[in-house]
Amino acid sequence: MTYNFAFLDEDTKRMLRRALLKAVAIPGYQVPFGSREMPLPYGWGTGGIQVTAALLGPDDVLKVIDQGADDTTNAVNIRRFFARVAGVATTEHTVDATLIQTRHRIPETSLREDQILVFQVPEPEPLRTLEPREAETRTLHALADYGLMHVKLYEDIAQYGHIATSYDYPVLVDGRYLTSPSPIPKFDNPKLDRSPALMLFGAGREKRLYAIPPYTHVESLAFEDHPFEIQRWDHRCELCGSSESYLDEVVVDDRGARLFVCSDTDFCSGRRAQVQA
Amino acid sequence: MYVAVKGGEQAIARSLELLAEARRGNTAVPELELAQIREQLRLGVARVMQEGSLYDEDLAALAIRQAAGDMLEAIFLLRAYRTTLPRFGYTQPLNTSAMRVRRRVSGTFKDIPGGQVLGPTYDYTQRLLEFDAAPTTCVTPFDAPLPPNMPRVLDLLDAEALIERIEPGDDPEPIDLTREPLMFPADRATRLQNLSRGDEGFLLSMAYSTQRGYAESHPFAGEIRMGDVDVVICPEELGFPVEIGSITLTECQMINQFHGGNGVPPQFTRGYGLAMGEGERKAMSMALVDRTLRCDELAETNYAPAQNQEFVLSHSDSVEASGFVQHLKLPHYVDFQAELSLLRTLVSTLHPVQQGEDGRGRFEPVSPEKEEQREVLKS
Repeated sequence: MTYNFAFLDEDTKRMLRRALLKAVAIPGYQVPFGSREMPLPYGWGTGGIQVTAALLGPDDVLKVIDQGADDTTNAVNIRRFFARVAGVATTEHTVDATLIQTRHRIPETSLREDQILVFQVPEPEPLRTLEPREAETRTLHALADYGLMHVKLYEDIAQYGHIATSYDYPVLVDGRYLTSPSPIPKFDNPKLDRSPALMLFGAGREKRLYAIPPYTHVESLAFEDHPFEIQRWDHRCELCGSSESYLDEVVVDDRGARLFVCSDTDFCSGRRAQVQA
Repeated sequence: MYVAVKGGEQAIARSLELLAEARRGNTAVPELELAQIREQLRLGVARVMQEGSLYDEDLAALAIRQAAGDMLEAIFLLRAYRTTLPRFGYTQPLNTSAMRVRRRVSGTFKDIPGGQVLGPTYDYTQRLLEFDAAPTTCVTPFDAPLPPNMPRVLDLLDAEALIERIEPGDDPEPIDLTREPLMFPADRATRLQNLSRGDEGFLLSMAYSTQRGYAESHPFAGEIRMGDVDVVICPEELGFPVEIGSITLTECQMINQFHGGNGVPPQFTRGYGLAMGEGERKAMSMALVDRTLRCDELAETNYAPAQNQEFVLSHSDSVEASGFVQHLKLPHYVDFQAELSLLRTLVSTLHPVQQGEDGRGRFEPVSPEKEEQREVLKS
């Protein structure tokens, strides 16, 4: 038997696109959708895959990254999946991609209006760890009652002197909905604000979609006397020398020696190619 | 010089080869035929069909072989296939009263019209390993054939108006959980649908917890029956019902005490479980959990895990749970790095870091003087 283009049948894609349109119309709002079972385990990108499948056309060029890298096994597997079931062109270059599916990072290279970034989301509800009941969190969103989160951040400061959230750092989208940016490091949060590219979020297991439309104001929660800050390193990337990218720490021997390299592999190799040229 | 790890694609290809080799095992041993799995591992096949939500013994057997006997992986394989199948229509409600019964027991009445029928059960096997190959397979013929229709035990109580009555037609049209997201609060039909796809082990433990005081369910096994039931559809273009086959089902109706409340008089209440194939443990667990989840409707104190529908329904699915638990083996370098850098920030306010000769940070053991300074810092 053969599968439909991009695996999902056209009715399912239509259902997904309708849900995505609703998500774009209400920035940051979690739209429940009839998430399908995919031939990939839940928690491994089933939401992102469904969004990508609903959007892919034959002329699209797909890039898939995990932790910023194109060659991590799950990214390779998802790219292989779409090359197999949709036959689309794939790329590792951010600038060449029309659609980028990502887990845990936003590329360092600025995105454009003609690109779409699809996030894989494990837990779409930013309040979940503070309030496990779904019926309750939906009410809190309806009332825009985000006191719980503000108290949590305040307690961090009172206890540690810092906001102790380093990834999946909560944002307020378009001044209305408290939203999970997915587990990207807070380093990437500023890239969400007024991005020219459409950003779509898919949570397959939790059966929710949401969106940050282009040029939408996205604010990372903070306090006047404790402004939002991103991670900084005392090191540069040891491969390309970048001082402005997010760095992975690599253990290089059994005595605990470390070195730091760009997490965005395409960004890093691009810079190295420039230096060599 | 450091070279970043590459070659995920090749690693995956090699891993698939190793997997295929490990799955096949010693090639001197003949490969399992699907018919062998279907005929000789029928309870495993039933579980995979039930939690895979697809009644197809051959596909379930294929999934079990492909998964090397890992039932949860087989269930996942069947689900991933099922999701691609078009819907031709929906069946009419199955009539389990008309089941051609092969097993039927009641824990509430010593004798029942139609009789207690043990059928093929492991209950009284004494669980001694049968070291001798091929135990006897000859079956004594029936003295008298079982009656074609056996009345359901709960209907006897129903005639006396001692048990709650649920009329067919009282139920709203059920949603299809494989097409619609699960929303809370979920009605009973939706809950039952979720439980029927739920992991047997999870439901078993949840059901067990209700017997040990985490929710008071006071259950009796009113009736458990297993046998074949006809499947009927009514195609729009024909306008009359057509029987398209029959499937094996196990049904469990629990009877539970109820002292009255929420405007409902004291009466026996029902918990319901249904499983494809011979799935008695699953059907019984499902019935107990179903009844326990009715606590709000019956104004019972809601305090136990098995009564909490968000807790039970959100965590019952083995494909969801297995995927999410195991996703932890995917790379989390980026978030871990973020946590590491945060922790270093927090620790550095307490333990000042000394620079190593190579310029890389080294953590110094804390000396007593340092410890004192630290106390001062903390206060």
